[in-house]
Amino acid sequence: MLLSIRSLTKVFPGTLALDGVDLDIAAGEIHALLGENGAGKSTLIKCLTGAYQRDGGAITLDGAPIDPKSTGQAQELGIGTVYQEVNLLPNLPVAQNLMFGREPRRFGLIDSRRTRAEAEAMLRQYGLGIDVGRDLGTYSVAIQQIVAIARAVSLSGKVLILDEPTASLDRREVEMVFDVVRDLRDRGLGIIFVSHFLDQVFELTDRVTILRNGRKIVTERTANLDRMSLIEHMLGRALEHEVTGTATDGEIKAPMLQFDGIGRAGVIQPFDLTVGQGEVVGLAGLLGSGRTETAEMLFGLRQSQDGQARDADGPLDLRNPRAAIGAGFGFAPEDRKTDGIVASLSIRENIILGLQARRGWSRPIPRAEQNRLADDYIRKLDIRTSDREKPIGELSGGNQQKAVLARWLAMNPRFLILDEPTRGIDVGAHAEILRLIEDLTAQGMSVLIISSEIDELVAVADRVIVLRDRRHVAELTGAEVTGDRIMRAIAADDEAAA
Amino acid sequence: MNTRALPLYATIAIFLLAYLLAWTQFPNILSTRVVGNLLTDNAYLGIVAVGMTLVILSGGIDLSVGSVIAFSGVFIAVVLRDTGLHPLVVFALLLLLTTAFGAGMGFLIDRLAMPAFIVTLAGMFLARGAAYMLSIQSVPIQHPFYQTLQGAYYLMPGKGRLTLIGVLMLLVVVLGMVIAHRTRFGASVYALGGGEQTARLMGVRQGRTTVLVYAFSGAMAGLSGIVFSVYTGSGYSLATVGTELTAIAAVVIGGTLLTGGAGYVFGTLVGVLTMGLIQTYIVFDGSLSSWWTKIVIGLLLLVFILLQKGLLKLSGSRLAGGAA
Amino acid sequence: MTLLTRIAPQLIALAALIALVSLFFPGFLAVDVSGGRLVGPVIDVLKRGAPVALLAVGMTLVIATRGIDLSVGAIMAICGAAAALSISSGLGLVPALLVALAAGAVAGLWNGVLVAVVGIQPFVATLILMTMGRGVAQLITEGRILTFSDPGFAWLGSGVLLGLPVPTWIWILTAAAVGLAVRRTALGLLIESVGVNRRASALAGVNATLLLIAVYVLSGLCAALAGIVETADIRGADANNAGLWLELDAILAVVIGGNSLMGGRFSIVASILGALIIQTIGTGILLAGFPSEYNLVIKAALVLIILVLQSPRIAAEWNLWRESHRVQPRERRRT
Repeated sequence: MLLSIRSLTKVFPGTLALDGVDLDIAAGEIHALLGENGAGKSTLIKCLTGAYQRDGGAITLDGAPIDPKSTGQAQELGIGTVYQEVNLLPNLPVAQNLMFGREPRRFGLIDSRRTRAEAEAMLRQYGLGIDVGRDLGTYSVAIQQIVAIARAVSLSGKVLILDEPTASLDRREVEMVFDVVRDLRDRGLGIIFVSHFLDQVFELTDRVTILRNGRKIVTERTANLDRMSLIEHMLGRALEHEVTGTATDGEIKAPMLQFDGIGRAGVIQPFDLTVGQGEVVGLAGLLGSGRTETAEMLFGLRQSQDGQARDADGPLDLRNPRAAIGAGFGFAPEDRKTDGIVASLSIRENIILGLQARRGWSRPIPRAEQNRLADDYIRKLDIRTSDREKPIGELSGGNQQKAVLARWLAMNPRFLILDEPTRGIDVGAHAEILRLIEDLTAQGMSVLIISSEIDELVAVADRVIVLRDRRHVAELTGAEVTGDRIMRAIAADDEAAA
Repeated sequence: MNTRALPLYATIAIFLLAYLLAWTQFPNILSTRVVGNLLTDNAYLGIVAVGMTLVILSGGIDLSVGSVIAFSGVFIAVVLRDTGLHPLVVFALLLLLTTAFGAGMGFLIDRLAMPAFIVTLAGMFLARGAAYMLSIQSVPIQHPFYQTLQGAYYLMPGKGRLTLIGVLMLLVVVLGMVIAHRTRFGASVYALGGGEQTARLMGVRQGRTTVLVYAFSGAMAGLSGIVFSVYTGSGYSLATVGTELTAIAAVVIGGTLLTGGAGYVFGTLVGVLTMGLIQTYIVFDGSLSSWWTKIVIGLLLLVFILLQKGLLKLSGSRLAGGAA
Repeated sequence: MTLLTRIAPQLIALAALIALVSLFFPGFLAVDVSGGRLVGPVIDVLKRGAPVALLAVGMTLVIATRGIDLSVGAIMAICGAAAALSISSGLGLVPALLVALAAGAVAGLWNGVLVAVVGIQPFVATLILMTMGRGVAQLITEGRILTFSDPGFAWLGSGVLLGLPVPTWIWILTAAAVGLAVRRTALGLLIESVGVNRRASALAGVNATLLLIAVYVLSGLCAALAGIVETADIRGADANNAGLWLELDAILAVVIGGNSLMGGRFSIVASILGALIIQTIGTGILLAGFPSEYNLVIKAALVLIILVLQSPRIAAEWNLWRESHRVQPRERRRT
C-alpha cells in the first residue's frame, strides 16, 4: 500500500471527529472519500496534510510512519492537496505560480527565462500549451485547477488529494480535469477524490470509502455499488427524494408572470417566458449557457435591452433588485458566501434583513417580532443551530442556504428564483430543500430553479427550459421532463429540442 | 500583452502627454536644468515611495515614513553637532535604527494581527515624538562632508545638474525593481498582497515577509531622511509632515493597486515625476497660488484612479467576452 | 451582548488612565464651581475633546461600512473657513452656520458618490479630498487667517451652558442624536449589513448605494460641526492648521473603541470613550508636568499598549486561558 491509515482518531472539545478510521490508498488508484457534512472527511484530510495533529492512530507512507506538522511538511513527504477554491495567486503569472518558492536563480536573482521554460515543460505533460507569462487569473477556472494540480504533483508526487475540485466547473471543464487525473493515476499516483457529485464518483473512481459521524462505514470497489446503496451508506437511512419525478404531472397552471423579449446582446438572446401560479420551472444547461444570466435579468441585476415583464395587472418594473423585490420576486443566488449570507451578523438578522429593507429604515421590526420570525423559520426549515443569535458564518453550508431561503420566505414572494440551491450541501439537507420547494408551490408560490443536477430538475420541475450558448433552446413539459430528454437537449440533439 | 501592465502604460502616457503640453507652453521645461532639478527636488520622495510601493504591494500601508524622515534629519544634525562622528558612521547608525524601527512595526502587525494602518499610525506618532525630544528647533548641519555631498553633481550639457541625490534616487528605483520582480522575497510580497491565506498555503513565510517589507520601508525612509538632510542642510522635527500621503499618492498614480498584489516599482517613479512636474509647471506659470498645487494633485489623483478603473473594466469585459 | 459588557474594556482603560494621571497630578478629578461654570481638568478634557469626539461619531458609521474617511480634517478646514468668511462678510450667525454645514454635506456627498457610485476604495477616494481640501480652504481664505468678532459664533467655541462648555454639549447632543437615530431605527442593522457584505445586502433589497452616501454625508456634517467648534474657539479660520491630522485621531478613537476596521458591528458610545481616552492622554501629559516635547512619544506608547491589549490575537489567548480555568473546577467537582 502506498498510503495506509490505521485507527486514526481526532478529538475536538465535545466531539469525536474521527473515531478509529482505517483507509488504504494504493499507488495507481483513484479513491473516493464520501460522507455528509460533519462525517469527518475534511478532518481526515487535514490530519493527512498536517493542518491538524492527530490524537491517535498511525499513518504510513511507502511503509514509513509519517507525522506531518504543516502543509509544507506534508508536501515534502509527498502529499499534495488541491482545494475547491483554487489556492493559487491570480495576480501572478502562471509560471510564477507553478515555480513559486523554487524558481531557478542566477546570481541570486530569479532567472525569468528558465522559470518560464520549466513551467511550460511542466504543463506540456498535462497537454496544456498556454502562455505561462500571463496572469493566472486571466484563465478559466478549469485551467487554473489543472495548474494547481500540476503544482501539487510536482511538489509532492506520491499522493494527491482533490478536495471538491470540480464544484465550480462545467461539464466540459470537468472532463478536462478528469483526463488529467486519470493520467496521473496511470503514472502511479494515489489519488483521494472528495466530491458531492455522485455521478462523478461513479465516472472517475476505482474505490469508495464512506464516512459517517467520524467512523468508516464501508470501503468498496465503486463498480460494486449502486447510487441507492451509496446514499444509504452516507445517510444511514433511505432517501425520500431520489429521482422519482413526482411533480411532473403535466397539468397546466394558470399563468401569473409573462416575460416577453427579455435579453441583452452578448449576455443572453432575447427570450419569452411564462410562469404559472404554483409552477416550478427548471433551467437546465451547462455552466456558461446563460442560466444564471437569465435569472439575473429577471431579478433586475442585469438590465434587459428590450422587452417587458407583465402580470395580470400590467407591466412590471424590474430596474434593479429592489424594484424586483417590490414586484414580489425573490432570488437566492448560487454563491451563498459572497452573495447570500452576511457572515458576521446573526441568523436572526440575516433572516429579517430582506423584510426590514423592504419596510424601510425608519420602521424597524420590533425585536419580539424578529425573534418570533427567526425562531419560526429555524424550526420550520430545521436550521441546525444552538440559538438564533449565532453568527450565520458559523453554520454549515446547508444551514446557511436554509437561512437565506428563510430570508426570502419571510418576505412571502410570489416568484422565487433559486440558483443552484443544493450545490455543495450534504445529501440530507439536499432532500429537505427539495421537499420545501414542493410545499411552497403547493401554497401557490412560483419557483424558477437552476440546477446542474438533472435528476434534481426531473424531481421537482413541472417544466424545464434548456439553455445552450446563451440561448433558450428547448422547453420540456409534463412527461417530456426526463433525464434523458434534458441531456439530449443540452447535448444539442435536435430531435429532443423539437 | 498583460492587462496587468495597462495602468503602468497609461501612467507613462499621461506623464509624457503632460510634459508635452507643458513644453508647448514653456519650451524651457525640457531643458536639462529643469530635468535635473526635477530629480533633485523629488529625490527624497522617490526613495521613500519605493519603500511604500513594496509595502502597498504586500497589502499593507506605512503611515510612519514622513515622521521617520523628519526624525532622521534631526538625529543626523544633533549627533553631528554633539559628537565627532563622521557623517558616514552616523548614516550607518541611522539606517540601522530606522530599519529596526520598520522591522518592529512589521513584527507588531504580524504578531498582534492588527491592521497596518493603526500600527504604523502609532509609529508615526512615535517617530515624530522622538524627533521633538531630540530638538524642537531646526538644527543646521555644518559638517564639511555635507558640503562635499551637496556639491557633488555632474554638469549635463545645457548646464543642468545631475546631483548625487538625484542619481541615488534612480539607483534606489532600480534596486526596488530588482527586489520586487527578480527575487523570491519580491514574489512573496506580491503573493501576500494577492491573498494571505493562499500565500501561506503556497509556502510564503508570512511573518518573515511582513517584517522584511516594513524593515525595507523603514530603511528607505531613513535613506530618504539622509537625502532630505543633504537637500536642506539641516534637521527639523516639523519637516516632511504628510509626506507619507504624498508617497501613497505617487504610488497610486504610478498604477499600483492600493489593495495590494498588482503594480510596478517603475510606475512609482513616473508617479513621483508627474507630481513634480505639476509643481514645476505652477512655478513656471507664476500667477497660480501655491494652494493650486494641492488642488491639481488631488484632481490628478482622481483622474488616474478613474482611468485605472476604466481600464480594469475594459479588460474585465474583454475577458468575459473572450470566455463566452 | 449588553452595552456595558461591550464598552467595559474602554471604561477600564479610561479608569486606569485617569488613575495613572492622578498619580502624577492628584487634582485631576477635582471639579470646582466658579462663576456658574464647572472648572477642572476633567471639564477641560470634555471641552477640548469635542472636535475628535464629533469626528468619531461620523467616522464610526463610515468604518462600520468597511470604509474610512481621511478627509474629515480637511473638511473641518473648509467648513471653518466658509463659516468665518460668511460671518465676516456680514451674513448672520444662523446663515453662516448653515453655509458651513452645507459645505460639510457637499464634501461628504463628494466622498460618498466616489465610494458608492464610482466604486473607488474609500481610502483612495477620501485621500483625494484630503489632498485637495486644504487647497480649497486656502482658496476660501485666500491664504490668510480669517478672524472675526461675532460674539454669538465665539460662544459656540468658548461659551458655557448649564455649567458645561458649549462644545461639550454639542458633541454630547450629536452623539446622542446619531446614536438614537441608528439604534431606534433599522439604520444600524442596515449599515452593519452593508459593511459586512455589500453585495448580499443589495441582493436582499437594501439600498446600499444610498446608505453609503448617507454615511459619508453624515461624516461630512460631523466634520462641519467640529470645524465650527474649532473655528469659534480660536475666533479665526486657519486653513493650514484647522483640524490638521485630526482624522487620524478620530480613526484612532474608533479603533480604541473596539470597532473593527473591517466593518460590521459598531458602537458609537465606545468610539466616544476612545476620543475621551485620547484627550485624557493629551491633557494628562501636560498636567503631569512632562515637557510638551514628550507628548507624542507618550501618546504613542499609551496607544500601543491599548492596542496590544485589544489585539484579536491577545484576546483569543485570553479567552482560551479563561476557558481552561473555567472548565477545570467543574471537572474537579465531577470527580
